[in-house]
Amino acid sequence: MTLSRRALLGAAACTSLLPRRLFAAGAAKLRIGLLLPYSGTYAALGHNITDAMKLAATEHGGKLGGREVEWVAVDDESDPAKAPANVNKLIAGEKVDILTGPVHSGVAMAMMQIVRQEEVLTVVTNAGAQAVTGTLCAPHVFRTSFSNWQTSYPCADVLLKAGQKKAVLMFWNYSFGQESMAAFKEGYAKGGGTIVKEIAVPFPSTEFQANLSEIASLKPDAVFVFFAGAGAAKFVKDYAAAGLKENIPLYGSGFLTEGVLGVQGAAAEGIKTTLHYADGLDNAANKKFRAAFKKATGRDADVYAVAGYDTVNVLAQALDKVKGDTGARKELIAALESARLDSPRGPFRFSKAHNPIQDVYLRQVKGGQEAVLGVALKDAEDPAAGCKMGK
Amino acid sequence: MSLSLFLVQLVNGVEYGLLLFLVASGLTLVFGVLGVLNFAHGSFYMLGAYLAWWVSARSGSLLLAIAVGVPAMVLIGLLVERLAIARLYSRDHLSQVLLTYGLVLLFNELQSVLFGNDVHGVNTPEALSFTVRLGEQTWPAWRAFTSLACICIAVTMRQIVLGTRFGMRVRAGASNPEMVEALGIDVRRLFATLFSAGTALAGLAGMLAAPLTTVYPGMGESVLILSFVVVVIGGIGSIKGAFFGALLVGLADTFGKVLLPGFASAMVYAVMAAVLLWRPRGLLGAAAEGR
Amino acid sequence: MRRQALLLAAAAALAAVAFSGDRFWLQFLGKAMIGCILAIGLDLLVGFTGMVSLAHSAFFGLAAYALALLTNRLGLVNPLVTLPACIAFAAAAALVIGWLSLRATGVYFIMVTLAFTQMLYYLFNDSPALGGSDGLYVQARPVDSRVAAYVVIWLALIAVYLVLSRVLRAPYGRVLEGIRGNEQRMRSLGYPTRRYKLVAFVIAGATAGVAGYLDATLYGFVNPAQLGWRQSGLILVTVLLGGKGTLYGPAFGALLLAFIEHYGEKVTEHWNALIAALVIAVVLFLPRGLAGLLQGRPRG
Repeated sequence: MTLSRRALLGAAACTSLLPRRLFAAGAAKLRIGLLLPYSGTYAALGHNITDAMKLAATEHGGKLGGREVEWVAVDDESDPAKAPANVNKLIAGEKVDILTGPVHSGVAMAMMQIVRQEEVLTVVTNAGAQAVTGTLCAPHVFRTSFSNWQTSYPCADVLLKAGQKKAVLMFWNYSFGQESMAAFKEGYAKGGGTIVKEIAVPFPSTEFQANLSEIASLKPDAVFVFFAGAGAAKFVKDYAAAGLKENIPLYGSGFLTEGVLGVQGAAAEGIKTTLHYADGLDNAANKKFRAAFKKATGRDADVYAVAGYDTVNVLAQALDKVKGDTGARKELIAALESARLDSPRGPFRFSKAHNPIQDVYLRQVKGGQEAVLGVALKDAEDPAAGCKMGK
Repeated sequence: MSLSLFLVQLVNGVEYGLLLFLVASGLTLVFGVLGVLNFAHGSFYMLGAYLAWWVSARSGSLLLAIAVGVPAMVLIGLLVERLAIARLYSRDHLSQVLLTYGLVLLFNELQSVLFGNDVHGVNTPEALSFTVRLGEQTWPAWRAFTSLACICIAVTMRQIVLGTRFGMRVRAGASNPEMVEALGIDVRRLFATLFSAGTALAGLAGMLAAPLTTVYPGMGESVLILSFVVVVIGGIGSIKGAFFGALLVGLADTFGKVLLPGFASAMVYAVMAAVLLWRPRGLLGAAAEGR
Repeated sequence: MRRQALLLAAAAALAAVAFSGDRFWLQFLGKAMIGCILAIGLDLLVGFTGMVSLAHSAFFGLAAYALALLTNRLGLVNPLVTLPACIAFAAAAALVIGWLSLRATGVYFIMVTLAFTQMLYYLFNDSPALGGSDGLYVQARPVDSRVAAYVVIWLALIAVYLVLSRVLRAPYGRVLEGIRGNEQRMRSLGYPTRRYKLVAFVIAGATAGVAGYLDATLYGFVNPAQLGWRQSGLILVTVLLGGKGTLYGPAFGALLLAFIEHYGEKVTEHWNALIAALVIAVVLFLPRGLAGLLQGRPRG
């Protein structure tokens, strides 16, 4: 009994050894791979990015560069241990034309390893790890979301302008948190600010009480943090509950409040953050996008959805230029590099390292919503340390 | 560290420990008396938190949610015990680990399907939403309430186990189930009651913690591992052990974060390993190793 | 000899894939075979000695990280140097952790192995110098070609299976089975059972080290997520699925799990529930796993 089962599996295995070309006819479908989390803590992000991409594709009539889009999704579970196998599934197994994703930077690092070797056209739709468009940059790798530097560096200026020259940093001790803090320190030191203490919290621990008590005793001018998701929700609530909110202003990159304002409630009132997007951005593209997204999914769009939306729009522009020929690699890359978008986040284009050049906004929570106070840094461009492209 | 900071951290550590005790107490009962290694215990904590959110979001009252949620958890516990756990009483550890591991996966999917994957907040009742001054720091009243609740439950449990006939049967069932059955006591009903009590305790802990931790997918995992650590440190089957083990873990974790931040996560496990090397049965564990 | 025929057929089928050159199947089955090595090593502990260890993934991860560090920091690439070094490292770690853990028995033993696994996980996860939660690249892999890597893994799997079978057929193996049946009796017969168990633990740790080395070679990437109790739990699942105490059963369990994970996702978004249901069903209704189906009646 077991023998025949094994034979069955073996037979199934052999059928996928047949070359795909045998079955294609006419203009082959454009296979776009989605390496995203559809289960676990980050599932909401995975679904938002995916739905926004599908929305954009629908707006283009379901075709990019004249070719019909076929989505191939793999649940990466935000698990770096399974990442190489999952990337392999999409690239070698499903033979996707373009790979997109992921959310988690550990998964992104695993993905970059393989993608650079296999030279697959890749668009990173969330993970902000500097290395992706830094030391690991490559001609066929683009990012449409952000780099960690972009979301934190501009905030330093905000504190300095408010005369807050002594700050405590608190962050999750992994690449996202570490890079955010490094970027903040870069800007802060330039303006004469001093860091009183750096509190690194093991990722993803959410027990903050001990550290909050520490902050209260240190009495800095301000606190700059990095947390996201459920951890950010808890942190902001804990911060207020510990009585720190009134006396020591809290700042962070936008991830501190993105998606969790409802949960944080009054505890988030008045918090200032910097991010390359805000729900309330007052431009035509954003209004149209948010309405369309709400209509299509019943949910509100967020910064993660915007990245997905822009990804497909920028691919549409570039693929139209090369008439859908994903084989014309050099022309396609050049087309992407010259792409320009009126994105919901504002003007969008790629830097030489293939990271977005975008405005970073200063936001403040007012009445349970993010109010845009202004632009914290115009045309923010990631320094792309270690990238040798275009230099 | 200044004295006032030290005292505040002490309070933080004790408070964290008390909540851990609530979760671990159910686990140590199930483990000690029923002899079952239940990896799904963290899922009950998570389920409690989700129930608290679901009911309080619709009714506007967390206390109502708890009043409704605890009996619900008891029923869930009975169901799980009859369907799955009862078959593990005579099985080996591997089977127990794996069956309950399968239950964890199942509960995670259930949570995703029933409640979705978003993060949710739970509001504390109006009456308990004030803060208390502790020197330079302030302490939310809800945390104080939770800590008090844990202490009351601990005392009540001790009373029941030591002072009632039911408690006597529990202790007897732990040392010799066959004899207990031979004496005409329905061991199956005893075990079912105990398991659902353990489930309810974990669920209650989730409900009390929900306003503090927020409600999100996978929230049971870290609690599960920590409760195992607490149970093992305290000695399997000993509620008193679980109490002191929980306080030890809470304090080690809190002070570890402030004094040895790089080592903080591993700290708790190092403490467990150290305790077991010194006392292989845990601080207050049973002398005879039956399981 | 149904069992022999089955094993030969499986080995031949796996070998044949090496000639296909198919990028996907080489990596997919390569990874699956690594899972087989892990399962076989764990079966030595769980199935033959009666020790449930949650530390198996730790030795896997330690060897993988050892390769990454030896290559990146010391520039050692030659597999003749790095392979023995990594295996020795994993075995040494198993010796230390085993010696400490075996002071406890029963479920306490399981918990101590859990503790050590978690400590090692946090060591790698929380140290930026060791790559942190993003992991490390192995900058120069011992074996570069895809096909060569696959063949090496295949050879390693055969080797591990044969070596462990030999060990278990020898008198040492009998003692282990005796310990699994009734340790107290073995001790009263004069056997130093703790020492026997420790040796088994080290052997298992070494095989997990082989698997870890191969995994780092295959993907050129190591990450703390490979350590930790969840990964150990998955290996236990493969042992259960395949049938513990048979050595070859868990290998098939690993293959089966790999295929279910791969195809399960195509069937439903809730494929995790599928695996959960499978695990629960096997524990309740098929306690001897796949191998039990093959054997038909209970082992002695």
